[in-house]
Amino acid sequence: MTTSTTPLYYLSLAEAAAALSSGRISSAELTDAVIARAEAVEPQLHALLSADPAAARAQAQASDARRAAGKSLGPLDGIPIGLKDVIAVRDQPLTAGSRMLANFISPYDATVTRRLREAGAVLYGRHNCDEFAMGSSTENSAFHPTGNPWDLERVPGGSSGGSAAALAAGEALATLGSDTGGSIRQPAALCGVVGLKPTYGRVSRYGLVAYASSLDQIGPFGRTVEDVALVLQAIAGHDERDSTSLRAKTEDFGAELRGPAIPRRLGLPREYFGEGLDPEVAAAVEQAVSYYRGLGCEVRPVSLPHTPYCLDTYYVLATAEASSNLSRYDGIRYGHRCAEPRDLNDLYSRSRAEGFGAEVKRRIILGTYVLSSGYYDAYYLRAQKVRTLVRRDFLQAFADVDALLTPTSPIPAFRRGEKADPLAMYLCDIYTIGANLAGLPAMSVPCGFTRAGLPVGFQLLGQPLGEAQLLALGHAYDREHQWGRRHPNL
Amino acid sequence: MSTSGAAGILISDLGPAVSSPVPPAVSYEAVIGLEVHVQIRTRSKIFTRVAAGYGHEPNTLTDPVVLALPGALPVMNRAALDAIIKAGLLLGCEIAPVCKWDRKNYFYPDSPKNYQISQFDAPVCRGGTVEIELPGSARNVMGEHKRIPLTRIHLEEDVGKLNHGAAESLVDYNRAGTPLMEIVSDPALHSGDEAYAYLTSLRATMIQGGISDCDMEKGQLRCDANISLRPAGSTTLGTKVELKNLNSISFVRDGIEHEIRRQRAILERGGRISQETRDYDGMSGTSQSLRSKEEAHDYRYFPDPDLMPVVIDAAWCERLRAECPELPFDRQRRFLADHQLPYTQTSVLVWDQPLADYFEAAVRLGAAPQAAGNWIINDLRRELAAAGSTPAECRLSPAHLVALLRLVDSGVLLNAAAKEVFVEMFATGDSAEVIADRRGLRAAPTDTAELDGWCRDAIAGNPKAAAEFRSGKDSALNALKGPVMKAAKGKANPKAVDETLRRLLAAV
Amino acid sequence: MNSSELDLDALARLARLALTPEEKATFQRQLADLLQHIERLSQVDVTGVEPSAHAHPLQNVWQEDEPQPGLPPAEALRNAPARRDQMIAVPKVVE
Ligand SMILES: [Mg+2]
Ligand SMILES: [Zn+2]
Repeated sequence: MTTSTTPLYYLSLAEAAAALSSGRISSAELTDAVIARAEAVEPQLHALLSADPAAARAQAQASDARRAAGKSLGPLDGIPIGLKDVIAVRDQPLTAGSRMLANFISPYDATVTRRLREAGAVLYGRHNCDEFAMGSSTENSAFHPTGNPWDLERVPGGSSGGSAAALAAGEALATLGSDTGGSIRQPAALCGVVGLKPTYGRVSRYGLVAYASSLDQIGPFGRTVEDVALVLQAIAGHDERDSTSLRAKTEDFGAELRGPAIPRRLGLPREYFGEGLDPEVAAAVEQAVSYYRGLGCEVRPVSLPHTPYCLDTYYVLATAEASSNLSRYDGIRYGHRCAEPRDLNDLYSRSRAEGFGAEVKRRIILGTYVLSSGYYDAYYLRAQKVRTLVRRDFLQAFADVDALLTPTSPIPAFRRGEKADPLAMYLCDIYTIGANLAGLPAMSVPCGFTRAGLPVGFQLLGQPLGEAQLLALGHAYDREHQWGRRHPNL
Repeated sequence: MSTSGAAGILISDLGPAVSSPVPPAVSYEAVIGLEVHVQIRTRSKIFTRVAAGYGHEPNTLTDPVVLALPGALPVMNRAALDAIIKAGLLLGCEIAPVCKWDRKNYFYPDSPKNYQISQFDAPVCRGGTVEIELPGSARNVMGEHKRIPLTRIHLEEDVGKLNHGAAESLVDYNRAGTPLMEIVSDPALHSGDEAYAYLTSLRATMIQGGISDCDMEKGQLRCDANISLRPAGSTTLGTKVELKNLNSISFVRDGIEHEIRRQRAILERGGRISQETRDYDGMSGTSQSLRSKEEAHDYRYFPDPDLMPVVIDAAWCERLRAECPELPFDRQRRFLADHQLPYTQTSVLVWDQPLADYFEAAVRLGAAPQAAGNWIINDLRRELAAAGSTPAECRLSPAHLVALLRLVDSGVLLNAAAKEVFVEMFATGDSAEVIADRRGLRAAPTDTAELDGWCRDAIAGNPKAAAEFRSGKDSALNALKGPVMKAAKGKANPKAVDETLRRLLAAV
Repeated sequence: MNSSELDLDALARLARLALTPEEKATFQRQLADLLQHIERLSQVDVTGVEPSAHAHPLQNVWQEDEPQPGLPPAEALRNAPARRDQMIAVPKVVE
């Protein structure tokens, strides 16, 4: 797919790593190309919230110096990688797309940030997102919406829309997003790149602005499944600063891709192919299914009977956790403080009213309601029990199949402003929420375009800690099709 | 402001007057429950590893977790769990096989996350008791003992500290995240004295268990009291008032007594108690309403998704049980039974573990318990207090004391000389023998003939005492020793005097 | 869910959010719709089902009691909207 005319900023991470390793390019050149590309597309795309070119160039030079001294840190050394602006980077702004944190500078690094530094990555750009990662279109950013690189009138998906759009547009070679109900996979599908939500606990959440703690997970976007595996390799692993971090051995995800065997038994959950699925999306996903059949996979229907309740379960649990997680934004120790508060309660109530946007307020109110005395059992406790049933559905399905294949999003990228009704927006996540409730790894892989030229992705779901299998399966398709290596006209 | 009646109650304390006729006199019983917060002595905070401490410059003991910066996450400190399990074992609580963490949601500037990580429906400890001793009829008489049942003990994080200025309040987060145990008693106490005894006993147990230093001035032990009155004999609870800011054990007692008087005065006037929180000012002995219960909180407790449950198995408990010291009152009972110490001495030793340890060490080395008790309670405590020192730091070891007792016992040192030796041993750490020689304090060897003469004179001069002794009254000998010592001008060896008198009395 | 059952004023007070009348009206309607959707959870038979607070069951996750350096006060307070004497200033709190 790459030709000698492929601009540096459109290289895959693996290609760039090879070019850096052979000395054909330097990290300084690569980083300059990415910075120049960002400067060129940002006026239309608006994927970035902040960037520090000087810091990036310094990191690139340090990388080149390391390499010259024969001390390369591995495949990520010298590669420009961008972060969703919910991940803390020391001495850089951290806004979470919110006016509340418009002036916040993080005094510390997230664990993933530290690990990327340790792998030699060049940190360039903090990406736009729905405020506090609440949304599916990146329209809820307090600063500006981000365009879809394939059609600037359309949304890139969300909440990690900026990270998906930035990658698709060449503003980084890989990016990190966060996924609470589909916030990596849905924008990956809508922007035509690969996006992986790892197993809950696989990647440390320390330094990730919390939306819903029991569902949030950081994961990579890449142009290929291989790139995603390389980034996951760098960021995965146990972290003693995160109590929910798993003590799993971290396989060599890159090597697993080249292994001979891929999982053979694929399940198609019938509940994921019903009403509301766009026919063009269905057709593209069906082609991916056929490809796997052609590889000799056994494809069989399975049932996840509690699927109809996933969305409701998610909105109860996520908003409840969010209402509590977002209490810390009170205008006291940091963040927006209203002018001339009359008293303490006035300070809290006005600072928060001025600092938060409508979607955040709506979810805080809903979360406050479902936790409040008299309603807890009916909503929160019940939703936790349904969560158990949802997880059980998946684990039962995995008794018969190795992985599940579904559409990622029921529809391709929609127009900005098209989904004004919250419920309509929430329905964008119906295929992605299950993996968060069950804590499973799930990945969106691009599988074609609609007639209108909008990307479509399919989703693979694996067993807990089954990333290696999932990546191998995704790679088998991706290596042949390389839909993520097509580039928008921008 | 005028005061009403003998109780010294401010009129403003009495609540609204009620027009109904004054009911016939009833006697009321007070029912009190105590909520005690005890800071656990750990090196680092409960959910992050920045140091815990008191008296540091403001905001020098913080990190992203303490300040609740975006993205920060809690991880439990195991030492805090060890401490609460130990406390539970000491107090006979049931230790939960599984406990978990919950968020208590409320906004306050000293609470960085605007929720407190606490334990709602699965605390580490349930049940258990605190043994208390009420004041006896006199200082040297043991009072009644009771066991006050506990409802629960749970673990949570402390909040920061607010410093109130004229126009603004200033927040210091150094204290935020210090591990805290909340020890909740049943409503089973009935007076300020019981509350005083409860806190005294609880505090000693926590200190002796190495769980907390319980310094109330440093806020390491804080107590709130829930107080209600009911007609004597009734089994239903009356409306309760919560008393806060009781910052010494005496203020707890005084505050409770004040509140009981206040409520009784209202009830006797036919008034009604309103459910409220009151602040007791120990200096002025008055209280004022902080808030009424109408602004009830809805804490929206739910399990903290950032923290995992804790499974406490038998091996963990047994390891900690092995570290538990004997409870203060159990030790006291042993000192009374095994060593026949006077009650007043045991009641000093029971609260002072290092001193009691010192005593036991001396007895183990062969000291006569009562003599050792006397020296320790009187002389050692006096010297320690004067030096501002502790038994552990003291140069006068239990072995020194035992050697001194031996010299006294064998008549080498007379009482006055022994006291001098003791003081010098304390100051220098030299042995009693060395000091006695250096200072020439050994009792003069007694000339047998001279002593025999003094003794014969004493027997002849006190025929009644001599007769009583011969008829079996051993203590009558003391009446004969006085005249001998007098004749010897205090220089006689008491042991030799005793032996000579007995020999002469037996011989005739 | 009847939208009148949702006491927005009380919820906004609990959540410390000063809502405008317009926001209240909009939220009242939207949240009633959402709750109506969420009500479907009551159709699920959850008899004997344990609640899941976490995606994966872990237990006894802890650190040892060994202090590590924290933030210097200048870093700790760098984002504070108002400070004085190395502390965070807030309107006078009346307890
Ligand atoms: Mg309490
Ligand atoms: Zn408490």
